[in-house]
Amino acid sequence: MKYIEPHAHMVSRVTDDYVKMTTAGCAAVCEPAFWAGFDRSSPDGFHDYFCQLTEHEPKRAAKFGLKHFSWLCINPKESEDVKLAEEVLALIPQFLDRPNVLGIGEIGLNKNSRNELKVLERHVDLAARHDQLILVHTPHLEDKLKGTRLILDVLKSDRRIKPGRVIIDHVEEHTVKLVLNTGMWAGMTLYPETKCTPARAIDILENFGRERLWLNSACDWGVSDPLAVPRTALEMKRRGHRARAIERVVYQNPMTFLSQCPKFKLTED
Amino acid sequence: MKRKTRQEILDLYFLDARSRLIDLAAFLDRVERASGPDDFRLKTFRKALHELSGAKKQRARRVLLAFSDPTRHPIPVATTKAACGAWPDAR
Repeated sequence: MKYIEPHAHMVSRVTDDYVKMTTAGCAAVCEPAFWAGFDRSSPDGFHDYFCQLTEHEPKRAAKFGLKHFSWLCINPKESEDVKLAEEVLALIPQFLDRPNVLGIGEIGLNKNSRNELKVLERHVDLAARHDQLILVHTPHLEDKLKGTRLILDVLKSDRRIKPGRVIIDHVEEHTVKLVLNTGMWAGMTLYPETKCTPARAIDILENFGRERLWLNSACDWGVSDPLAVPRTALEMKRRGHRARAIERVVYQNPMTFLSQCPKFKLTED
Repeated sequence: MKRKTRQEILDLYFLDARSRLIDLAAFLDRVERASGPDDFRLKTFRKALHELSGAKKQRARRVLLAFSDPTRHPIPVATTKAACGAWPDAR
């Protein structure tokens, strides 16, 4: 079955993962900028990372027949240092016209601090000024509920932001309704230990419907599975979902959201 | 989509859920056998366990809420990057 992987940190993955994803039916992979597992020491580190996301990684993916797209930002885990964040924010506009860049992300909050919130507001402003799509990371575990509320407050208070052009990622049972009620999109991340399991993600789909929801693996350097989306499609089949309904969630929904960026094209014109 | 019957859901998930429940029980036994004091995580864990046995619906949501920080204002400064899974002030 064809699917789109709308959130994967492929710079952290081995080439074999590209082979497995393509074999499983992946039509495109989208890579938000994120934390490397350590703090980068200067804006130059981010400049090189943005080059990796927009030049090198698309070439690596193309070797296995995969279209690669990216999102740019400084991740909330590195937002406590506002001066560094502002220097990185100043770098981003020069990359926005690159052919695989879809928007600003994954921005958001990590520990819900004042500085993280300040940097989130700067990212939202940057996205609004450049008419970019927005992909938002919500915090982990005990911080998710509070962070989701704070993030939604920031986005709702900026009148330039159209809810349908924002995806709030990593929702779970206690945050999905908060997000969908705003008119924004919601992403469910399939992790082996945290966030959603396939069974729980399908419960959420059955309880809230398939409108404005997508699935992603968010595979990175941690415990994660680059095939989590097709595995969940298989679980949907076991649960009695029809092929068309499964394709809607794993392919059509991300296609609908991402196609709001004219650069998101899966076939050569 | 025609939703699965209760019997079909049991057929699909009972053994998996049974296995996870035994894992939870073994975890609590393991913690109890270990020496030294516990902390807020175990207290919140026990509180969250109560959500499983009641008749109220949305158990997954209520377990997640039991572990969550319910406050509304940003913290002054982030002193760590990691989350530990339970809100320390949930006492």
